[in-house]
Amino acid sequence: MATLNILIVVCVLYVAFLFAVAFGADRAARQGRGAWLRSPVIYTLSLSIYCTAWTFYGAVGFAARSGLEYLTIYLGPTLVMIGWWWTLRKMVRVGRSQRITSIADLISSRYGKSNLLAVCVTLIAVIGTTPYIALQLQSVTLSFEAFAQADPSQVNAPNPQSTALWVAFGLALFTILFGTRNLDANERHHGVVMAIALEAVVKLFALLAVGVFVVWGLAGGIEQTFARIDASNIARWDVPGSRWVGLTLLSAAAFICLPRMFQVMVVENEDEGHLRTASWAFPVYLMMISLFVVPIAVLGLDLLPQGSNPDLFVLTLPLHEGQDGLAILSFLGGFSSATSMVIVASIALSTMVSNHIVMPIWLWSTGGTAIMSGDVRHVALLARRLSIAGILFLGYLYYQISGGGTALAAIGLVSFAGVAQFLPALMGGLFWRGGNRVGAVSGLGVGFFLWLYCLFLPSFGPNVLLPQSVMDLGLFGVSWLRPEAMFGAEGLNRVVHAVMWSLSFNTMAYVLVSMISFPEPLERLQGAQFVNVFQHSATAGSWSGSMARSEDLLIMSQRILGAKEAQAFFAQAASEQGLVGYLPEPTPDFLLQLERELSGSVGVATAHAMISQIVGGAAVSVEDLLAVANEAAQIMEYSSKLEAKTEEQTRTARQLREANEKLTQLSQQKDEFLSQISHELRTPMTSIRAFSEILRDADELDADKQTHYASIIHDETIRLTRLLNDLLDLSVLENGQVELSRQEGQLIDLLDRAESAAGDVGHNITIQRSREVEEITVYSDLDRLVQVFINLISNARKYCDAESPVLSIKAADQDDKITLDFHDNGSGIAVDQQAVAFEKFSRIGQTGADGAGLGLAICREVMLRLGGSISYLPGQNGAAFRLVLPKAET
Amino acid sequence: MSKQVLVIEDEQNIIEAISFILARDGWDVKTHSNGHDAVDVVRVRNPDLIILDVMLPGKSGFDILSELRQDAQMAHTPVLMLTARGQKKDREMAERAGANKFMTKPFSNAEVLETVRAMMPS
Repeated sequence: MATLNILIVVCVLYVAFLFAVAFGADRAARQGRGAWLRSPVIYTLSLSIYCTAWTFYGAVGFAARSGLEYLTIYLGPTLVMIGWWWTLRKMVRVGRSQRITSIADLISSRYGKSNLLAVCVTLIAVIGTTPYIALQLQSVTLSFEAFAQADPSQVNAPNPQSTALWVAFGLALFTILFGTRNLDANERHHGVVMAIALEAVVKLFALLAVGVFVVWGLAGGIEQTFARIDASNIARWDVPGSRWVGLTLLSAAAFICLPRMFQVMVVENEDEGHLRTASWAFPVYLMMISLFVVPIAVLGLDLLPQGSNPDLFVLTLPLHEGQDGLAILSFLGGFSSATSMVIVASIALSTMVSNHIVMPIWLWSTGGTAIMSGDVRHVALLARRLSIAGILFLGYLYYQISGGGTALAAIGLVSFAGVAQFLPALMGGLFWRGGNRVGAVSGLGVGFFLWLYCLFLPSFGPNVLLPQSVMDLGLFGVSWLRPEAMFGAEGLNRVVHAVMWSLSFNTMAYVLVSMISFPEPLERLQGAQFVNVFQHSATAGSWSGSMARSEDLLIMSQRILGAKEAQAFFAQAASEQGLVGYLPEPTPDFLLQLERELSGSVGVATAHAMISQIVGGAAVSVEDLLAVANEAAQIMEYSSKLEAKTEEQTRTARQLREANEKLTQLSQQKDEFLSQISHELRTPMTSIRAFSEILRDADELDADKQTHYASIIHDETIRLTRLLNDLLDLSVLENGQVELSRQEGQLIDLLDRAESAAGDVGHNITIQRSREVEEITVYSDLDRLVQVFINLISNARKYCDAESPVLSIKAADQDDKITLDFHDNGSGIAVDQQAVAFEKFSRIGQTGADGAGLGLAICREVMLRLGGSISYLPGQNGAAFRLVLPKAET
Repeated sequence: MSKQVLVIEDEQNIIEAISFILARDGWDVKTHSNGHDAVDVVRVRNPDLIILDVMLPGKSGFDILSELRQDAQMAHTPVLMLTARGQKKDREMAERAGANKFMTKPFSNAEVLETVRAMMPS
C-alpha cells in the first residue's frame, strides 16, 4: 500500500528534479549552450500547459458527467492550431517585433500604449485566472486526499485546507525561484519552459499509462472496452449543438487569450518557425492525452463504488486495483499538470501586475527619480515576487470561499469565459485598423461585467457573493436581469449563456465605440504596425548563430564606447563565462550588462533599441523610436550648445590673438616708422651740416664750389620741408581727418595741370595721352586727384629706367567708373617689391631718388578717400598703375 | 703714398661732402654707391679704411661688413659705420657685424676727420 509519506517523499524528489532541470536549462541558456532548449519540440510541449489538472483529472469527470462534450475543450485549440495558424503567427510576430511581455502589454501597445487598458486587462486576467489556480490547488488537494483515504495506516486524514495552503506556498516558492531570478527584457524563462516541457511528458505518459492499464489490464482489450462504452451512459448522452458550438468557441478563444498560453506561445517563443511544428504536433498531443478519457470514465463508473468522484478516476482506479506504482505515476501526472499551469500563469500575471500596476504607481510615487537611482530592477523583482505570492493567495482564497466542492470542469469554464473577453480587442487589434482604445476599453468593460454578473459571481454558489433573490428574480427584481437568464434567454447552459451575452455585447461595444470615436496618432501608428506586421517586420529570426551576433555587438559597442573599452568589456565578460577571446555568448545577463554599459553613453532607450535590433532581430517599437529621438535631441541640443560655446571661445581667442598681433605689429610698425623718419630726416640734415661746416670753415673755396655747396644745402632743406609736408599729409589722410571739397571737373584739364606741375624733376620723359577719351566729367576733390596724378608722373620720371622713357596715360569711361592707367616703359617694380609698393617708406631701392617713399602711400590714401582705388598691374613690361574712380554723380 | 679710404654711401651729397673733407686732409678717397657689388669693390680696391653706410640699395651695410669679416684679406680692415637711423639696436648690430666705429648722422666734419685719423692703421 502506497503510504502518504511515500507520496510526499516522491513529490519532494520530483520537485527537486524539476528544480535541477530548470536550473540546468537556465545555466545552459545563459552560457549560450542551449540550442536544444530552442527546439520546436520543447515549444510544442510547453504549449501543453493548456492541459492542466483540469484536463488530467477533470476530463474524465467531464466525460463521466456529460459524455463526449469534454472533447470541445480540445477541439477549440485544435481548430485554432490548424485553422488559425496564421493568426497565431501574426500574434507571435507582433509580440516579437514589439517586444511584448504579456497579453496586457499586447493590447495596451496596440491601442496607443494605453495604461488604462493594460490595467483593465491585467485585472480581468487576474480575476479570470484566480478560479483556475484554485482549481489546480483543489485537484492536488483532492489527489492527496484520495491517497490518504486509501491509506489505512493514516489514522488522521490531512486537513484539505492546510494541504491546499502548503501546495500554494510550495508553488509560490518554486515560481519565485525560477520565474523571477532575473529581469529579462524579453521575459523569457528557459529554465521554467524546460521544466514545463518535462512535466508535459510526465503527464502525457502518466495518462497513457493509466489508459493502457485500464483498457488492457482492466477491460481486457480494445473490443471489450468498446463493448463497455456502448453499454455505459456516456454513449447515450445527448449533446446539444448549441453547447458544442459554444464550448468549442470558448475553448478556442481561451486558448488564444489565456495569459499563460500567451506567455508560452508568444513571449517564450524563440522562433516563429516553431509554430509550424506546433500546428500539427500540439493537436497530436491533445489527441493522445484525450485518447483514454472515455475508457477511464466508463470503467471508473463501472468498477468504483457508487458516489466516487469521477474527477479522481484517473487516480482512484489504479489505487482501487492495488496498482500503487501506477497510482503514484498518475499522481505525479496530475501534480505536473497543476504545477506547470500555476507556475506559468503566475509568472504571466506577475509580469502584468508589476509592469502595469505596481511599477507605474511606484515610479509615479517616487516622482521619476527612481529611474536614475538604478533600484528599478530591485523594485521590479520585488513587485514580481509579491505579485506571484498574491496571485497564489487569491487562488487559495477562491478555493476556500468556493468550498472546493464544485466540479473541476465547471471552474475551468468560468475562467475560460473570463479571459475570452480579450478576444474582440485582441483580434480586432490584429486585423482591424479601425479599432481604437476607447472601443477596446468599452468592449472589455461591458464583457467583463456581464461575465462577472452572469458567471463569476454565481460560480461561488448561491448566497456567497450573490444573493439567491438576485439569482431567482434578477437585479433589483428586474426579471430580464437574472444572471442566468439575461434578456429573457432561458433554458441555456449557464456557461453558454454567459459567453453568448458577454462576448456579443463586448464585440458590439468594441466595434460601435471604435467607429464613433477617434484614435490618437500613436494608436493609428501602432494599429498600422500591428495589422500590417508582416510588411513592417522582417521574419523574426531565431536566436541561433549567436557568435555572429556577439561580433556585431562588439562592433557596435566599439563605436560607442571606443575600441579599447569595448574590447576590455567584452573580454572580461567572455572570461566570466569561461571563454577565451573577445566574444562572450550573448546571454541575457551579458546583454543586460552591455545595455547598462552602453546606456551610460547613449541613453537607456537608445542602448536598448540598439541591442535588441542586433540580438532580437526585433523591430524597434514606436516608443523606442520616440525615446531615442528624445535622447538624440537632448544630446544634439547639448552638443550644439557646447559647439556654440567652443566656437565662441575660439572666436574670442582668435580676436584676442588678432588684437595682440595687431598691437605687436603696430608697435613694430611704429618702431620701423620712427626709424624710417629718422633716416629720412637725418640724411638731408647730414648733407646740410657737412656743407655748411665746409662753407664756414674753408676760406680757400672758389666761387663755383661755394655756389654748388650752397645750392645743395638749399635743395636738401626743400627736401626736408617736402618730407615733413608729406608726413603731415599722410597722417591727416590716414586719420580720416582730411576734408574733401568735391566739385565737377574735366579729366583732361586735371591731367594737363598735373603734367605741368610735375615739371622736369628727374629724367625727361615723353608723356603719351589720348586726349579724345579724356573728355570725362569727374566729380571729386580735384586738387587731391591732381596730387595723385603728379605723384604718378614724377615717379615715372624718377624711376623709369628706359633709354627713352615713355609714360602712357589711358583713360577709359566705363558704366559706373572711370579707369586711368599710368604705364611706363621701364623695368617696373620687382616682383618682391610689388606687394609693399604702396607702404610708407617703401622706396623701391632706387639710388639717388630723392623721395622718401611716401608718394604711393599718399596716392593710396587719397584714392581710398575719394571712393576709388589704386593698384599695381603686374606683368605689363614696365611700371603700370591703375586708378579707379567712381563716376561723377549727376 | 697716401692711405686709401673707400666710402660706400648712396647719398650723392654725403659722398661729396665726405670726399671733400677727407681729400682736403690728404687721404686717397674712393667712393661707391650701392650694396650689390660693394664686397667685390672692396676686394679690388683693398682700401686701408672703409666708411660704410647701413642703408644701401641692394645689400645692407651689416651684411657687407659680415662678408668682409669672413674674408681673410679684409678681416682686419678698419670699418667706420654710418647710419641715419640712430637707434640703439643699430649700434649693437654694427658691433656684432664687426664694425670698429659707429657714427650717427648728422655728424660734424671734424668728428669724421678725427675718427678716420684715429682708426687709420699706421
